[in-house]
Amino acid sequence: MYSFNYARVKSVAEAAAALAKGEDVKLLAGGQSLIATMKLRLSKPSDLIDLGTVAELRGIKVEGGTVTIGAMMRHAEVAASAEVKKAIPALAALAGSIADRQIRNMGTIGGSVAHNDPSADYPAALVGLGATVQTNKRKIAADDFFKGMFETALQAGEIITAVSFPAPKRAAYMKFKNPASRYAIVGVFVAETAAGVRVAVTGAAPGVFRVPEMEKALAAKFAPESVANIKIPDKGLNSDIHAKADYRAHLVTVMAKRAVEAALRG
Amino acid sequence: MTVKVSMTVNGKAVSAEVEERTLLVNYIRENLRLTGTHVGCDTAQCGACTVHMDGRAIKSCNIVAMQAEGADILTIEGVAKPDGTLNTMQEAFREHHALQCGFCTPGMVLSAMDLVKNFPDPSEREIREQLDGNLCRCTGYHNIVKAIKAAAATMRG
Ligand SMILES: Cc1cc2nc3c(=O)[nH]c(=O)nc-3n(C[C@H](O)[C@H](O)[C@H](O)COP(=O)(O)OP(=O)(O)OC[C@H]3O[C@@H](n4cnc5c(N)ncnc54)[C@H](O)[C@@H]3O)c2cc1C
Ligand code: FES
Ligand code: FES
Repeated sequence: MYSFNYARVKSVAEAAAALAKGEDVKLLAGGQSLIATMKLRLSKPSDLIDLGTVAELRGIKVEGGTVTIGAMMRHAEVAASAEVKKAIPALAALAGSIADRQIRNMGTIGGSVAHNDPSADYPAALVGLGATVQTNKRKIAADDFFKGMFETALQAGEIITAVSFPAPKRAAYMKFKNPASRYAIVGVFVAETAAGVRVAVTGAAPGVFRVPEMEKALAAKFAPESVANIKIPDKGLNSDIHAKADYRAHLVTVMAKRAVEAALRG
Repeated sequence: MTVKVSMTVNGKAVSAEVEERTLLVNYIRENLRLTGTHVGCDTAQCGACTVHMDGRAIKSCNIVAMQAEGADILTIEGVAKPDGTLNTMQEAFREHHALQCGFCTPGMVLSAMDLVKNFPDPSEREIREQLDGNLCRCTGYHNIVKAIKAAAATMRG
């Protein structure tokens, strides 16, 4: 790891002021992605601003059918939250399927969303549920937030403060996971929401994407057979030692079908 | 550059001047000389470096020591009673022969303690799923799973 300066802050305002001091100043949430990339010397921040002590970034609120989760809430906390389990069980289950116990005890929703790993789980939930990312500057719809591999709509100095999820009528997430890292080789989040049916896919491509053809078919009839014969083209999908593009394309259909089945089971 | 880091480790207040980039596991092993916390992979996969931070099992190779500033850390050296009496989980590992070379064992025990706290009556499946952050190259896991099931039963009383 290259050397860096370390500072703890107590508020979002303090963190924003620290970020403004230089281009290579970076926020540190759980560190589960950032420290790993720094150890590999793939990232070389001049300063780390630790959000671990910012109380206003913590907490889970349910109001008028919307679940709002503070950026510094850890995956394990979201998975165990009685409120999340009640309002959006699929979201609690998704958080509980990320990585392993120890990583879930450190990694946060804000860090995962900002990092936007192409195989991460949360992006599928945000896009699948039509969530809103709240920052210290504005609100960004999930559909506009994720910009492909490790890229987001976040601007310099912008800090995620919370993510708001409208509770769906029903939803489920199914992932075909890499058995070593538990990252999604393909993960599909299906939700029947007030604004229509949404199908979001992670792991398959350089970034999370929706499948309009499946959404239309499920809107007509919310049943596994509606998606069973919808194939997505393998052009542009990820191809690596874990799975080739054609296999990933196949998995999208299989996981979508299983997600619909699981959503119907409730 | 260096910073001062302070925390409680196994009930004792400790502090040192360290480089900011010092990993928690290196602080524990090299500064405190508590070498029961092992480094297996150094990439957050194997769980050999598992310790508790404020009661939660974490991988100490994947955070910097400063992230534990002010925290309460438990390592394997702090698990048994001061007179050497093993705790329930350690005793169950001994009883059920849940270790061979022992390299993974400190991490397994700390991870299993966190597991049983969250799943007081875990099924075999739950144990296998929740223990997936810890790798063992020797035992094939069977006796580890048995030990954790037995320890959970003892703890439930
Ligand atoms: C072994 C292993 C297995 C994993 N498996 C999975 C998996 O199965 N599924 C999955 O989804 N993930 C997985 N992860 C990643 C894990 O979920 C990370 O915790 C997560 O991606 C990053 O969260 P963090 O809180 O650790 O963020 P950090 O690593 O601290 O930060 C990540 C990035 O986000 C930025 N950032 C952090 N917080 C904010 C904020 N509030 N506003 C703006 N920017 C911010 C940081 O500057 C940094 O660039 C795995 C990680 C490991 C090490
Ligand atoms: S050494 Fe930390 S997880 Fe392997
Ligand atoms: S006992 Fe040897 S690695 Fe587990």
